[in-house]
Amino acid sequence: MPKKTYVQTRINGESVDFLTEPRQSLLECLRDVIGLTGTKEGCNDGNCGACTVEMDGRIVTACLVLGVEAEGKEITTIEGIAVGSELHPVQQAFLENAALQCGICTPGFIVATKALLDHNPDPTEYEIRFWLANNLCRCTGYDKIIRAVQDAAARMQGVSA
Amino acid sequence: MTTTEYERNLILSSVDYNVVGTRPVRHDGADKVTGRALYGADFDTAGLLHGKILRSPHAHANIKNIDTSKAEALPGVLAAVTFDDFPQVKNAALDLGEEVTTLHDLQANILARHKALYKGHAVAAVAATNAHVAEEAVKLIEVEYEVLPPIMTAPQGMAEGAAILHGSLRTDELGETIDDKPSNVAQHFQHVKGDIEKGFADADVIVEREFDTVTVHQGYIEPHAATAIWNTDGRLHVWCSTQGAFTARDATSEVLHLPVSQVRVTPMEIGGGFGGKIPVYLEPVAAMLSKKSGRAVKIVMSRADVFEASGPTCGSNMKIKIGAKNDGTITAMQAYLAYEAGAFAGSPVGAGAMCVFAAYDVENAVIDGYDVVVNKPKTAAYRAPGAPNAAFAAEQVVDELAQQLGMDAIDLRLKNAAIEGTRRPDGMVFPRIGCVEVLEAMKNHPHYNAPLGENQGRGVAIGYWFNIGFDSAVNIAVNADGTITLIEGSTDIGGSRASISMQAAEVLGIPAESVRPSVVDTDSIGYTAVTGGSRTTYATGWAAYEAALDVKQKMIARAATIWDVDADDIELKDGVFQSSSDPELNMSFADLAGQLGSTGGPVVGAASRAYGGMGAGGGSFAGNIVDVEVDPQTGKTDVTRFTVVQDAGKAIHPSYVEGQMQGGSVQGIGWALNEEYYMTDDGAMANSTLLDYRMPTSLDLPMIDTVIVEVASDHPFGVRGVGEANIVPPTPAIANAIQNATGIRMERLPMSPVAIMEESWKQS
Repeated sequence: MPKKTYVQTRINGESVDFLTEPRQSLLECLRDVIGLTGTKEGCNDGNCGACTVEMDGRIVTACLVLGVEAEGKEITTIEGIAVGSELHPVQQAFLENAALQCGICTPGFIVATKALLDHNPDPTEYEIRFWLANNLCRCTGYDKIIRAVQDAAARMQGVSA
Repeated sequence: MTTTEYERNLILSSVDYNVVGTRPVRHDGADKVTGRALYGADFDTAGLLHGKILRSPHAHANIKNIDTSKAEALPGVLAAVTFDDFPQVKNAALDLGEEVTTLHDLQANILARHKALYKGHAVAAVAATNAHVAEEAVKLIEVEYEVLPPIMTAPQGMAEGAAILHGSLRTDELGETIDDKPSNVAQHFQHVKGDIEKGFADADVIVEREFDTVTVHQGYIEPHAATAIWNTDGRLHVWCSTQGAFTARDATSEVLHLPVSQVRVTPMEIGGGFGGKIPVYLEPVAAMLSKKSGRAVKIVMSRADVFEASGPTCGSNMKIKIGAKNDGTITAMQAYLAYEAGAFAGSPVGAGAMCVFAAYDVENAVIDGYDVVVNKPKTAAYRAPGAPNAAFAAEQVVDELAQQLGMDAIDLRLKNAAIEGTRRPDGMVFPRIGCVEVLEAMKNHPHYNAPLGENQGRGVAIGYWFNIGFDSAVNIAVNADGTITLIEGSTDIGGSRASISMQAAEVLGIPAESVRPSVVDTDSIGYTAVTGGSRTTYATGWAAYEAALDVKQKMIARAATIWDVDADDIELKDGVFQSSSDPELNMSFADLAGQLGSTGGPVVGAASRAYGGMGAGGGSFAGNIVDVEVDPQTGKTDVTRFTVVQDAGKAIHPSYVEGQMQGGSVQGIGWALNEEYYMTDDGAMANSTLLDYRMPTSLDLPMIDTVIVEVASDHPFGVRGVGEANIVPPTPAIANAIQNATGIRMERLPMSPVAIMEESWKQS
């Protein structure tokens, strides 16, 4: 078995350290080593977006990042989106707009949507569709997801206004 | 993106209720937006091993020898299995929800029985201390193959002198077994109504065309996953992602030759299925690895495994011929449907034949169906299995007929529409159905007459799918705070906890939020059939309705005891128990719930039976109006506007009904324009990634506008299952729109830029 590397990182605002084989992806480390299974695997080659997490302010597919690359990084996963027991407005909007059916893609969509609204608080429908084009959903046909993002943007504008 | 002034989601409603028809937040929502919900691959337990499956690199090959010794010698490997580890079982027909197969075929699909029948066919498996070691170990398994020529399409398989997949397969020809030689045609059946020759002789116009479609996949985002512990007491416990825990239990117990009581299946949350998570692939393999290793074993498919070795839906070759009089009366309809079953018999051609002309009341019809084995993965159900293929063919011929008759495409369909009492060519007589209502809603929609731009075209089509009933069980217990717990066995694939709970809440006059639903394992509830066949909200919802009635009667009896009046004197209205003789005597559901402890103890209710007869609900019709824009230089087609109309009977939770309609529509759009198994000449899938198997993204699509039509079924609230019919009309509606935009009639799927340019060069 290959020798493991010691990695120190921050996940969802907390210091986390773990051991990883060089070949293990960040996705595998999150799910199997650290136990954060909210980040999902749909394809393991960067094409479905189910494992979307935020790393140093950019969204990445965790399956295309190696565990060792997390060294010194600031990572946010789906488990870090809600503030305490309070859902983030994006999560609330997904619930109230029925923007999920099976829910397997939902963590990736929510992480990606939060990042979109952090960058662009008032996106057009086209900008939402463009930003979320790397996140596949097979259940909803995206209609209710787009509306949930529009609703979340309105809620967050309302909060900040 | 266009802005619109009309209401995007319409409900043409029949009856209003307190809870039914509202849009509460789903009960499992918080878990699913926070990452707490546990899916198949999320399961973990002490001492867990990881299994990996070795798959055939050849589409068709005899397996001469398998040597697992080097794999088993690798440090960290604890077990290896092949087909020879299965118990020997007597063959028998198996009915597994939407899947009908045989026990021998099921075993041989799970691990190849000395013959690989498709690239990706499981050949052997190992369990190791981690997934990477298991992956290294399967590469050490030595397999000796004798490669055979592959059969890739139904016409190839039916050709004289074709290579034979199964030496034991004999054709069932119109009910008679042809014994003299093996064949790739498992079955040929025929439905006949009236006199087809007279029908065509009476016609003024006849249109006839041939169509081909290729293999496509359900495309659920969660790969299959299963964990098994074969305990020292002989009991097997499986945790898996499945559409039916009981079906998975039954299939696993049959394959392993165990009594069903020795197998317990706990369904994890399921990340999409669309029919593809009804069969078992991994569960028996994980179980045998667990038995050999004495440890828990988890197996998770890769995305390539999902494409190459689960159950996509079939490619097909179809001929349709329809004749009509000048006034638009259809006099004869004829279909030839040859569907690929994949490696083992059992394509969805039977259902395709029942659906192909379901929207039409025609006097004379003949439908021939052929079930043909080919060297591709065994097909599984995919949303209205068999119907979209048939509709792609039939609804284009109807469109062309309308053009030749100079009639409006919806008027032609309305003139010949199936109604209550119509006998389909397969013999089924429709109960109350909403075919006419769906067509009228399409015709009245502003989309139908909206202006079109340059290079744009509009198409319509209608499609049908059944509404099966079958077994469901629900238990309800009343809590002291006036809430109820609802225990059910239908895995929740798209909001069914909510739609089932709401039916119980309606009966008891409590809010939807006062129901706590749980989907439980096979030891904890009565037998419940698969989440499939558009049955869950209909049948398990019906069980919830009856279990709630049971609770209601028992609660009324308690109130009668407390008030010392006759139970007949008490009614429950809007959540309040009320004596009809004494207006002073009334109590809320919650108040009475708080007194159960002092009036005889807990109240529980239950209901379980087979709900609805086969076809009793009447099924659901769905129609589309679609606008496309086709780039004349490249053939690239964009859907610019899409309206889906569907009969929901009664929409319990309209948001999730709309969601089914939108999701089915978009799967249909992908099937129409992009999706295909791109097969090499030697039978390999060349595009087994989600980059190259191109499913629609958010950027490819407009909003999907919905119109819910409510024509009540036999269900207590009138529910019709809405999960499937919506995938039937998109492929022909888009084909008709492309024809309207370009003049090109597309006789094959997908209608990719290349296919459209080829047809355009051929037809011009």
